[in-house]
Amino acid sequence: MLQLTDEKIKWMEGKAGEIRQSIIQMLVEAGSGHSAGPLGMADIFTALYFFILKHDPTNPMWGDRDRLVLSNGHICPVYYATLAHAGYFKLEELMTLRKFGTRLQGHPHREYLEFLETSSGPLGSGLSQAIGMCLADKMDNGKYSPKQFYCLLSDGELDEGNTWEAVMLGAKEQLQNLTVIIDRNNIQIEGNTEDIMPLEPLEQKLKAFNWHTQVIDGHDFKQIVDAVLHAQAVSGMPSVIIANNIPGKGVSFMEGDYRWHGKPPSKEEGDKALEEIRNKK
Amino acid sequence: MFNQNLKLNTKLFDADVERTSIRKGFGEGLVLAADNDKNVVGLCADLNESSQMHLFAKKYPLRFVQVGVAEQNLVTVASGMAAMGKIPFTSSYAMFSPGRNWEQIRTTIAYNDRPVKIVGSHTGVSVGPDGGTHQAIEDIALIRVLPNMIVLSPCDAIEAKKATLEAAKINKPVYIRLAREKTPIITTEDTPFEIGKAQVFFNPPMTAQVGIVATGALIHNAILAAQNFSQKGIAVKVLNVSSIRPLDFEAIINLAKETGAIVSVEEHQVVGGLGSAVAEVLVQNHPVPMELIGIHDKFGQSGTPLELIEHYGMGVSSIEKAIERVMGRKN
Repeated sequence: MLQLTDEKIKWMEGKAGEIRQSIIQMLVEAGSGHSAGPLGMADIFTALYFFILKHDPTNPMWGDRDRLVLSNGHICPVYYATLAHAGYFKLEELMTLRKFGTRLQGHPHREYLEFLETSSGPLGSGLSQAIGMCLADKMDNGKYSPKQFYCLLSDGELDEGNTWEAVMLGAKEQLQNLTVIIDRNNIQIEGNTEDIMPLEPLEQKLKAFNWHTQVIDGHDFKQIVDAVLHAQAVSGMPSVIIANNIPGKGVSFMEGDYRWHGKPPSKEEGDKALEEIRNKK
Repeated sequence: MFNQNLKLNTKLFDADVERTSIRKGFGEGLVLAADNDKNVVGLCADLNESSQMHLFAKKYPLRFVQVGVAEQNLVTVASGMAAMGKIPFTSSYAMFSPGRNWEQIRTTIAYNDRPVKIVGSHTGVSVGPDGGTHQAIEDIALIRVLPNMIVLSPCDAIEAKKATLEAAKINKPVYIRLAREKTPIITTEDTPFEIGKAQVFFNPPMTAQVGIVATGALIHNAILAAQNFSQKGIAVKVLNVSSIRPLDFEAIINLAKETGAIVSVEEHQVVGGLGSAVAEVLVQNHPVPMELIGIHDKFGQSGTPLELIEHYGMGVSSIEKAIERVMGRKN
């Protein structure tokens, strides 16, 4: 990783704004899909693909790339938009989201887009897969392997038992090359997480499961990068970063409102959202 | 009558025919597969010895992952390992894998087309005294509906060993169905085994009037029933289907054309299992009367394997009655 300068932070803020605009355009065009989660994760995706990850858009299957598993596949508009902005495919293709024949399936499917590390959508299985990848790498290259493994989880999918089975195994196997980022936006499809199924005290729970924990503002690039760097320096245990995110970030009428979890903006709402995002630049 | 081109076990009809559990064949096969390929890894959900993976774990401890009693994690971790080039074998009781973790298998293994090998032991009512909760009689139905999945149901320990070695070589998801109880050795080391191929094990010299299509250890009862009929001058042919998916359409259609009547035999619900798979092939290609031996819309219970096989209508006499019924339905 290079030095994180103020200039780079400013550049990433601009890039995240472009990604947010793409997300709005894709969703309006698709007429269905999720809005709040993708907008909330735009800064973290930008930091990952434009600063943190070791990857090569011109050679997506490069064997030594870092691995990133998106567990909550429903936020794929931000995943696709970031990949396009990073150069994996043309921006125009984003407008095919959810349409018949598209590579950009409603939830990610690696049969259609082979360089995705996995398919996802059904919640709760991503962390296990990231652990499997990290374990396999540890078997081959030992614990000081240069590869890093990242897994992005939603807070809602912490309701799934499968996630906690994985949490236990990650600690047991002391996977120090694994960094999990939880999109702590406090909403899920039918309401606020603490009403549907309380997760707090989340950090203490994860600590009790023998994970190294950090809590950050998921919209602060310096905090995102510092937390990942710190996580990589941890030895003998996996790391989790709880990123406090605002769902719908950047669009005032979506921010913090769970009703935007699973629906797209209309054309008019989209225009309003685009204007807000552009003005913020 | 016994198809000796296949070099089957000639002692099959002896009362003291050698018996070994099908799961043991898997355990031995996995060690051989691991000897052949360093990418073979094993994952187990706290049923290492029951599923016979302990032989592998003992020889290759650094390639073994114990996930605890967590079958959802078992297969999803395996999917991640496969993404990195490993050839993961997962083992548990079939009731829990694929019973409990079916969606994880669907999404992370079949949908992703990852070459994970799902090994389900303790299938059928012959699990015995543990009772119905532990007797998987729905696993073939659950797993054979998944695209990309190969489904193997060996008839004895030797075939299970070969199935395991073949599963390791093929770059696809595979399900291997095992059983707990010691059952007769039907094949020999020299019997050929090929994914996608069914084999005629019992082949009377005269034109056969009924064809039996069987899978798993019940092939033994099917052969005994066919033998009894041939002694009465009625020829019954027995086809062993250890590859349920891909299914050998040609062998099944040819058997239906030759005999005009089919009996399927499996230790599984008749809904969705081998009998259903055979019926799907025949109704579309060469419809003939068919009788289905298996479990008819019931759960299992405690008892000895023999008691339970008889109670649920899968003994030799039940197969003989089915042969008579299906002959009566021929034109």
